[in-house]
Amino acid sequence: MAEQKNPLTTPSPNADTTIVPPGSPHTHTEQPSGGHGGAFPPFESHTFLSQLIWLALAFGLLYYLMSKVALPRIEAILGERAGRLSSDLNEAQRMKAEADAAGAAYEQSLREAQVKAQAIAQETRNSLSAEADAKRKTLEAELNQRLAASEATIRARTTEAMGNVRTIAGETASAIVERLTGQAPDQASLNRALDATSAVH
Amino acid sequence: MAVSIDPIHQFELQPLVSLGHIGNQQLAFTQSALYMFAAVGIIALLTIVATSGRAVVPGRLQALAETLYEFIADTVHQATGADGKRFLPLVFSLFMFVLILNLLGMIPYAFAVTSHLIVTFGLALVVILTVVIYGVAKHGTHFLGVFVPSGVPKPLLLIMVPIEIVSFLSRPISLSVRLFANILAGHIALKIFAFFVVQLLVAGAWGVLSPLPLALTIALTALEFLVAALQAYVFATLTAVYLADALHPGH
Repeated sequence: MAEQKNPLTTPSPNADTTIVPPGSPHTHTEQPSGGHGGAFPPFESHTFLSQLIWLALAFGLLYYLMSKVALPRIEAILGERAGRLSSDLNEAQRMKAEADAAGAAYEQSLREAQVKAQAIAQETRNSLSAEADAKRKTLEAELNQRLAASEATIRARTTEAMGNVRTIAGETASAIVERLTGQAPDQASLNRALDATSAVH
Repeated sequence: MAVSIDPIHQFELQPLVSLGHIGNQQLAFTQSALYMFAAVGIIALLTIVATSGRAVVPGRLQALAETLYEFIADTVHQATGADGKRFLPLVFSLFMFVLILNLLGMIPYAFAVTSHLIVTFGLALVVILTVVIYGVAKHGTHFLGVFVPSGVPKPLLLIMVPIEIVSFLSRPISLSVRLFANILAGHIALKIFAFFVVQLLVAGAWGVLSPLPLALTIALTALEFLVAALQAYVFATLTAVYLADALHPGH
């Protein structure tokens, strides 16, 4: 390969080693010198047009592919991802707000329920104690009434008993006097003596 | 593939199909053209086939394509602002084309298309023609403001304007020569140092020194990979900077 003459870089009039038609009118002054063309390949101007044409074709194709297909697609992918991310974040934000609102509502209803429960408890307590009071008062009144009735009965019995005592004492005294004197005392002096005795007690 | 000790040999064009000639210009489908179309194929594979799934959660190749896209989109956005987005396909194509051609050239025995000045000059010409044509079409004569630095006293403009014109005209040259020279010099250096290894090995006792150029060759290979990516990035960044002139001529 190193020894082979290169039709582009080492133009040669020999048709047998090159594909270039013989007698091509290039004015290259370099002579093939074994190893390589001798000229510095990047500065061999007779290759320039060919390179520029291929460059234009290749780069034109690349530019077309990039501007029409690749870049719009990548941009769309990135845009879609950014949109997806922001919409997901918004969704998360919204859900968090909803959860917060639900939490607040729960707290609120809990507080309301507590207040209501306390009110009910207070009311129940009040009504129960009022009822108990009323019952107690009725009971007390009844008991007092019974007590009074009992006391009245006792007093009546006592009075009755005391009355009986006077009669018994009178009869006894009359019997004693009759036995001692043989003569029953008259009722008037007996009564006088009984009154005097009961007045001493 | 025959190995030549000549470090220049690797840059020779090998015609695969000869297509005759026009004047003194020889037309042929060379290995250079083959590499260009191979690069286009690889880029299409990477950016079109790999993204055909349009996955929201990307695979490796799609993630690579997206990363490259965002990298170049950021570069263009920083250099040109929001309205530079219309040039993204051009800058992206240039970056990928140069990057893949540079990297293909790093494969042993492969041909480095970007080591030919006419190719890099052709790419630089695309950039400068885009700048001039778009600038004139968009701004008309205001595009000439690109040569007039703002905030400079009038007498100084007599000096500044010619300098700006020369600097503008040298842009395609510097853009193309930078890439061409980097790739060419790198490949020549690699070849020379790699050949030192062989020369030392066949030189008897001197063979004990052969690991030195070998180590250097390995280091140079790593450096050349860096250069291959860096030059593609430099080319794309400068393209974006020049395009910013077309968008906003008064600077």
